[in-house]
Amino acid sequence: MKNFAQLIKTLDSTNKTTIKVQALTAYFLKANDADKVWTIAILSHRRPSRPVNTTLLRTWASQLANIPLWLFEESYHIVGDLAETIALVIPAADQSSDKSLTDFLQEMIALKKKTDEEKKAYLYENWSVLNYYERFVFTKLITGGFRIGVSQKLMTRALAKATDIEEDILAYKLMGNWDPNTITFQELVLEENESDYLSKPYPFYLAYAIESEASDLGDIYEWSAEHKWDGIRSQVILRNNELFVWSRGEELVTDKYPEFAKFVGVIPNGTVIDGEILPYPNGTIGTFNDLQTRIGRKNVTAALLKKVPVILKAYDLLEWEGKDVRQLPFIERRKLLENLFNEVTERSRSDIPLHLSKTMHFSSWDEMAKERELSREKFSEGLMLKRKDSPYLVGRKKGDWWKWKVDPLTIDAVLTYAMRGHGRRSNLFTDYTFALWNDNEEGEKELVTFAKAYSGLTDAEFRKIDAWIKKNTLERFGPVRSVTPHHVFEIAFEGIALSKRHKSGVATRFPRILRWRTDKKIEEANSLDDLKAMIP
Amino acid sequence: MKTPLLQFTDNGIYCEKANVYLDPWKPVDHAIISHGHADHSRYGHKKYITHHRNVPIIQHRLGEINVAGKEWGETFIVNNVKFSLHPAGHIIGSSQIRVEYKGEVWVFTGDYKTENDGISTPYEPIKCNTFITECTFGLPAFKWTPQAEVFENINNWWAENKAEGKTSILFGYSLGKAQRLLKYLNTDISEIYTHGAIENMTEVLRPLVDFPKTTLITRETKKEQLLGNIVLAPPSAHGSTWIRKMVPYVTASASGWMTFRGARRRRAIDKGFVLSDHCDWGGLLESIEATGADKIICTHGYTDIFSKYLREQGYDARTEATQYGEEETEAALASKSTASV
Repeated sequence: MKNFAQLIKTLDSTNKTTIKVQALTAYFLKANDADKVWTIAILSHRRPSRPVNTTLLRTWASQLANIPLWLFEESYHIVGDLAETIALVIPAADQSSDKSLTDFLQEMIALKKKTDEEKKAYLYENWSVLNYYERFVFTKLITGGFRIGVSQKLMTRALAKATDIEEDILAYKLMGNWDPNTITFQELVLEENESDYLSKPYPFYLAYAIESEASDLGDIYEWSAEHKWDGIRSQVILRNNELFVWSRGEELVTDKYPEFAKFVGVIPNGTVIDGEILPYPNGTIGTFNDLQTRIGRKNVTAALLKKVPVILKAYDLLEWEGKDVRQLPFIERRKLLENLFNEVTERSRSDIPLHLSKTMHFSSWDEMAKERELSREKFSEGLMLKRKDSPYLVGRKKGDWWKWKVDPLTIDAVLTYAMRGHGRRSNLFTDYTFALWNDNEEGEKELVTFAKAYSGLTDAEFRKIDAWIKKNTLERFGPVRSVTPHHVFEIAFEGIALSKRHKSGVATRFPRILRWRTDKKIEEANSLDDLKAMIP
Repeated sequence: MKTPLLQFTDNGIYCEKANVYLDPWKPVDHAIISHGHADHSRYGHKKYITHHRNVPIIQHRLGEINVAGKEWGETFIVNNVKFSLHPAGHIIGSSQIRVEYKGEVWVFTGDYKTENDGISTPYEPIKCNTFITECTFGLPAFKWTPQAEVFENINNWWAENKAEGKTSILFGYSLGKAQRLLKYLNTDISEIYTHGAIENMTEVLRPLVDFPKTTLITRETKKEQLLGNIVLAPPSAHGSTWIRKMVPYVTASASGWMTFRGARRRRAIDKGFVLSDHCDWGGLLESIEATGADKIICTHGYTDIFSKYLREQGYDARTEATQYGEEETEAALASKSTASV
């Protein structure tokens, strides 16, 4: 645990990638195999499920710290991280633990089944002896979510350095379903074992947004374009008469989308398709808002299945006839995909939730730009540009794939509520709620909340607004403050749909702050009617 | 209802009986000043009274002013109201202000800390009926470690950076924190360089405290000359072109705010040392208890939370809005640092 805590401390106390990779590599060279596996698991979001719920954690921590629960909660709002708050308020201790990371995690797994009294005793015992940083790391392991600026990519790079195994191969090995509690380092990283690969997805290839002009990409004949669909990026795997659906977050979501069970027996074994899960109510592509009703539901009811069925919009083929075809040029993979699609739809008489994302070829960039303008009508977010001769790469890489999204919709709204942020924004009011004008029943103008946003400003702007909020608070509701309506912000969003769940009656997709309109008075902000007029 | 001995007015904390203000934020005739930080000692008062160790500080900051210096515990009476200054331990020359009238005693802390830092005269609890206290760090999350340990860490950090051939840049307020850091930097490691704001203030304080040698960084200073040495700079210098010229360097900040992991990361500082010139949670509670006061007024910091806690502990505690703490809040610290970029 000492070494792991030291590693986290080092990772947490630098912004420099090289130092992070160095520290991780050194750790991987030094740690025992079981600890290595757990470290990989933790840094790829595979921690064991939380053994103690946060309500109990808060209650017990405040008791041990001898402070009232409300004071613990207030401190938490300001510190912005539960494990950090717990580590800070508990009286100082100065010991270091000789138990390994694996010991702790095994204890935590066992802890889940124990009684509350036993859990409390376990936490008290460790909280009371560990020094500040180990106490923090220990609690973080319990609460989960180690967000310390180490991406899986960075961790994989360090592991590659420590093991001399190629980074792309490692990325593949670390994907999918494996249990850190049972797998060995040998099995996970070192061994070649084909049978393990049954459910394994390939690392996704991710595109960057075009930075300047699309025409800077050169010869248009080298590029294939298709619409960029706004759903859940996923990989559908058929191997050995089994279906596996993976989301980009490396989550196995097969059970959430029972529609795809129809693929088994129709799509041949040894096939992996890259595509987008899209909502398809009433025989057309729905909004992301429709899809929201499916995400997060483990038990999908028949009614919901009927109301918001989903389809797979297929755009690439990664495995064919049991072979990894990622190195084939894009157009050749597409040819295979299209043949597959035609065969499958013929065989199943189109009664299968598989659609093809059509590729388009243009003879000028202007022509392509015109197609992009039609994106909203076609229920897409813009275009995807793929180089015709490109292989399917690993992770986010520049060069062969580009996103060319349509410009977002924008509206000027008034800041009405603010909440403290988390992580590097803890203790700063950075999470905002925005409102638009609306006439109420008495015919008076009032501000109606329509969206929350917490990105898009510079750190300096956030600090200015934070200072202003602290001086212009009207009311406090726990961590939330209402503020004097005074500041106008231009809010950008990707899509818009009617919604019963929102007070304003409208849901916006990915709202974020585009700029601070210091030149505008609140009277000049837009109205809810202006917003509704944008609904297609 | 009788007028309270001290009132919170638009100009500042006011003793009507004596027509005197304590740390007023608007220009007044008579001001008693707790210490030299800008939010407590402002321009434009006709007469200033303060501890004599603070006199050179505010003269340096405010220029030609009419100021009288007092000793610790020296009583001065205005219209039957007894005033005296007592050490607050915040920075050099920082005082608590004691006000007594007809047996009733009020104490205003200004800013204070309970740990003896070895350069400010150490804080002494003063018995009173009403205690007006700051609570900049009035949350149970704040717990300071003894400064000897912090300075050991700072000196180790400097030595490590030196071994890697880098310049160490350490941020702290030019008045107070900078001198406290300077006092304990281990000059066996290497030499200490300063930013102009810190050099000037330290120069003012050298007659009062024995500090190690410092060298002012000027246009002529070569960056090679700085390698392995430490540079003391105010937080506002972070991100400035002045700093960028010192590559390769490593930055650190010494502040109570460094308690939060987020605070350090957001300012993109490499290392944070938790070192404050204010009381931590335990220090505030101990001090309040030691005064024997039953009425507590919280002036700046986490006032709402802290006073609520005090009320639960049986104190008659409330919050009064003041204009102190501008200097001390994290937001102010950070926005100053961007303003200068």
